[in-house]
Amino acid sequence: MKSAVVTFPASNCDRDMFDALEKITGQTPHRIWHQDCEIPDVDVIALPGGFSFGDYLRCGAMAARSPAIKAIRDHADRGGNVIGVCNGFQVLTEMGLLPGALMRNASLKFVCKTVQLKVENADSTFTNAYGKGDVIDIPVAHHDGNYFADADTLAELEDTGRIAFRYVNSSGEATAEANPNGSQHNIAGIMNKRGNILGMMPHPERLIEDAQGGTDGRGFFESIINTLN
Amino acid sequence: MTETIWNNNPEITEDLVKEHGLSESEHELMIKILGREPSLTELGIFSVMWSEHCSYKSSKLHLKTLPTKAPWVIHGPGENAGVIDIGDNQAAIFKMESHNHPSYIEPYQGAATGVGGILRDVFTMGARPIANMNALRFGRPDHRKTRHLLSGVVEGIGGYGNCVGVPTVGGETNFHPSYDGNILVNAMAVGLADQDKIFLSAAAGVGNPVIYVGSKTGRDGIHGATMASAEFTEDSEEKRPTVQVGDPFTEKLLIEACLELMSTDMVVAIQDMGAAGLTSSSVEMASGGGVGFTLNLDKVPQREEHMTPYEMMLSESQERMLVVLKPDRVEEAEAIFRKWDLDFAVIGNITDTGNLTLKWQGETVADIPTQPLADNSPEYDRPWVKTEPPATIDPNDVAAPNDIGDALLKMVGSANLSSREWIWEQYDHQVMADTIQLPGGDAAVVRVHGTNKALAISTDCTPRYCYADPFEGGKQAVAETWRNVTATGAQPMAITDCLNFGNPERPDIMGQFVGAIDGLREACTVLEYPVISGNVSLYNETNGKGIHPTPAIGGVGLLKDSSKMVTIAPENEGDVILLVGESNGHIGCTQYLSIIEGREEGAPPPVDLALEKKNGDFVRAQIQNGNISACHDISDGGLFVTLAEMAMAAGKGMDIALHNGDIPMHAYGFGEDQARYVIATAPQEADAVIEAAEEVGVSVARIGVIRGQDLDVQDAFTISVDELLDAHGSWMPKYMAKEL
Repeated sequence: MKSAVVTFPASNCDRDMFDALEKITGQTPHRIWHQDCEIPDVDVIALPGGFSFGDYLRCGAMAARSPAIKAIRDHADRGGNVIGVCNGFQVLTEMGLLPGALMRNASLKFVCKTVQLKVENADSTFTNAYGKGDVIDIPVAHHDGNYFADADTLAELEDTGRIAFRYVNSSGEATAEANPNGSQHNIAGIMNKRGNILGMMPHPERLIEDAQGGTDGRGFFESIINTLN
Repeated sequence: MTETIWNNNPEITEDLVKEHGLSESEHELMIKILGREPSLTELGIFSVMWSEHCSYKSSKLHLKTLPTKAPWVIHGPGENAGVIDIGDNQAAIFKMESHNHPSYIEPYQGAATGVGGILRDVFTMGARPIANMNALRFGRPDHRKTRHLLSGVVEGIGGYGNCVGVPTVGGETNFHPSYDGNILVNAMAVGLADQDKIFLSAAAGVGNPVIYVGSKTGRDGIHGATMASAEFTEDSEEKRPTVQVGDPFTEKLLIEACLELMSTDMVVAIQDMGAAGLTSSSVEMASGGGVGFTLNLDKVPQREEHMTPYEMMLSESQERMLVVLKPDRVEEAEAIFRKWDLDFAVIGNITDTGNLTLKWQGETVADIPTQPLADNSPEYDRPWVKTEPPATIDPNDVAAPNDIGDALLKMVGSANLSSREWIWEQYDHQVMADTIQLPGGDAAVVRVHGTNKALAISTDCTPRYCYADPFEGGKQAVAETWRNVTATGAQPMAITDCLNFGNPERPDIMGQFVGAIDGLREACTVLEYPVISGNVSLYNETNGKGIHPTPAIGGVGLLKDSSKMVTIAPENEGDVILLVGESNGHIGCTQYLSIIEGREEGAPPPVDLALEKKNGDFVRAQIQNGNISACHDISDGGLFVTLAEMAMAAGKGMDIALHNGDIPMHAYGFGEDQARYVIATAPQEADAVIEAAEEVGVSVARIGVIRGQDLDVQDAFTISVDELLDAHGSWMPKYMAKEL
């Protein structure tokens, strides 16, 4: 699987994403600098976590207007896969490639902890290595992960199986206590209609080795490999 | 500050000198060095360079006595940060620094820029920062400012560290009335570099260009170093303009740009602009290399209009660095900084005069020989009186509580012993994906990226011990980090110290300082644990009332094989629990006495350093051999709190039976005797571990097993782990939500 990781100014999970892709795919990913107008031909482009442009404007808003964005959009339009984690998810909503917005956490505080996610759709490009209904551990670390969309959009996401992951407790229930940021419907990750773009707030790239406390994040990357094979 | 500073050439009166915090004798020394009266800009430069904060004039006589060398120490104190050899041509670079005064005045920015400053000290040397730690002290919880200060400091540390993408992996937070008027914010950073890619600040090469990179210079932070060298009074809040404002976005770009620059061979010397900004960076680089600097201040990137030389030289605007490049490499270097959208300006060059010469609008506004400015700064042997340690309290003289279990619940749910999860959840502690022991254990552990090695890091100090007996307290602070690092299985390597004290002009405070240094020296020597960097923060006083002496220690250890690491959480039901070390029920100066009886009295527990070493070396060897499944050192709150913390971390109960002999159970369980650990081991390994202990003369006792869901101590109490978790976890969230 050929992949590429985009670096915006103050992306800070680009190395973690790069390492995870390299370890799991066995191939060295390409690097895309935010000012690159031409990008390599790859199977998946990853928009990593971080604080692009300091998050001084709305999170992801500046990055979504970077020179590299046009080529990334073209890649997606051709059906190429795009994943956005944390700040990358925010960039995808700012680009309009995914619906809704990520607002400030309901607690108004940054939150870093390992949460449980339920795999809501195990048939997608990004989730097929998991079983439907699996409860997995994945860390979150964000200040603005409170997913918001209007009622029609939420209904559409629910009805068309485009909610990839939901925050749940260890019994798999989407409770308010299990929701780290106030997201509507406990949404942790969503996909676009075509199914080639996914955005999620939790960080699967942080949990791919036993030494990190578990390997539940691997399935995310393995799913994409499965799809391409 | 009066209006006179706007004019570059006012008459230098005694009042103006005094206003700059310089004494009469210092004024005379200044005239002797210059051969004339200083200009205003020069007066400003002398005042910050000779401030307590930058010159260590009250402390250096004593600091010189600390052990700083070991075969594994590559650079000790004197550089931006200390450097140790961690094998394979790799080095760990670390330092801890205070940002106390600004954090009290403006907690968010004070703490944020504390993190930014310490990160720059580390990446200036060529290291990629891999971990942030901190040591925080606040006033009593019911002081009207404490909530505001705590929430601001935590948000500031998180706001900065999270954005730059360096994990904040742990630290300690205490509350005590002695910090009501002076909180302590001590930030530590650890970085990683290749040994052949370490950069120093000493400039060289006459004619080489001097480059300014990073953010523009503004009027923020002027006289910050001077502020940090004076006591607070009621009107200290008027000093808010001396607090700098942080920009972590720029810092992140600066880290990447500097590391990119340092991966080439263009750099001769590099220095961050920390306290006293452009002044201290240029003076240190020039005096360190025995050269002169001529700087054209018109070239300094400026954020505000009409800045004077005085303001530019004293500004503490953040995220700036000074670099000396090899000749003819300017364009290449500039391209790197342009790529990262950072300012880059050639502001001067190296000369052979030995002077710092400043030009502005065609005039020379300062011309100071740097060697005497840096090296002949005042050094005081301040008078001091020894702190007389209080008498030791006999455990039999402290009445038993009505119910030991209730006392334990009260303790684990107290301000000082409750969970810090509310704090560390606001820090990204996992970015960089190498954090293999999360906050909440004895030490944080981060992997050395791409290897199987790891660094264990712990910050510690027990100020109530230091107040009662600075010598024993100083020893204990060092020993506790050593134990915490050991308890993960790591070999303790070196420390950084952040020495927070009151007004050194008072002999009793100076006595605390001298006593603590004596303790540090003895502990570092016996434990072979040298001081490789540090910082001194004096004048932590308000209206003549000083803080408890707080020599905060940041210890770093190396795990050659990180798969051997253990945590405080025993994993397996049936594992045997052993108590290592001798328990004498030392009840004086303990958390028990403070929380349950509301008094802080008695001598602190004595620290037998030879015993520390013997017990710690034994425990570490057992961890390395794979015989131990969990380990926790015994410190605040004694054995009972330690057992409770292990049970909570594992979510498992314990059946415990203690052999307390003649010692009352509450003193045995809550006593804070040093050099002790609780370890868990598989049942089939227990006898071998006990035998191994006996062979090397280490005291060890089998005290119980992991079982069920209750912490059950025979003849003392039974408490469910859930009840402990509830008490431990609820204090801080409730307190911050004003529900307490």
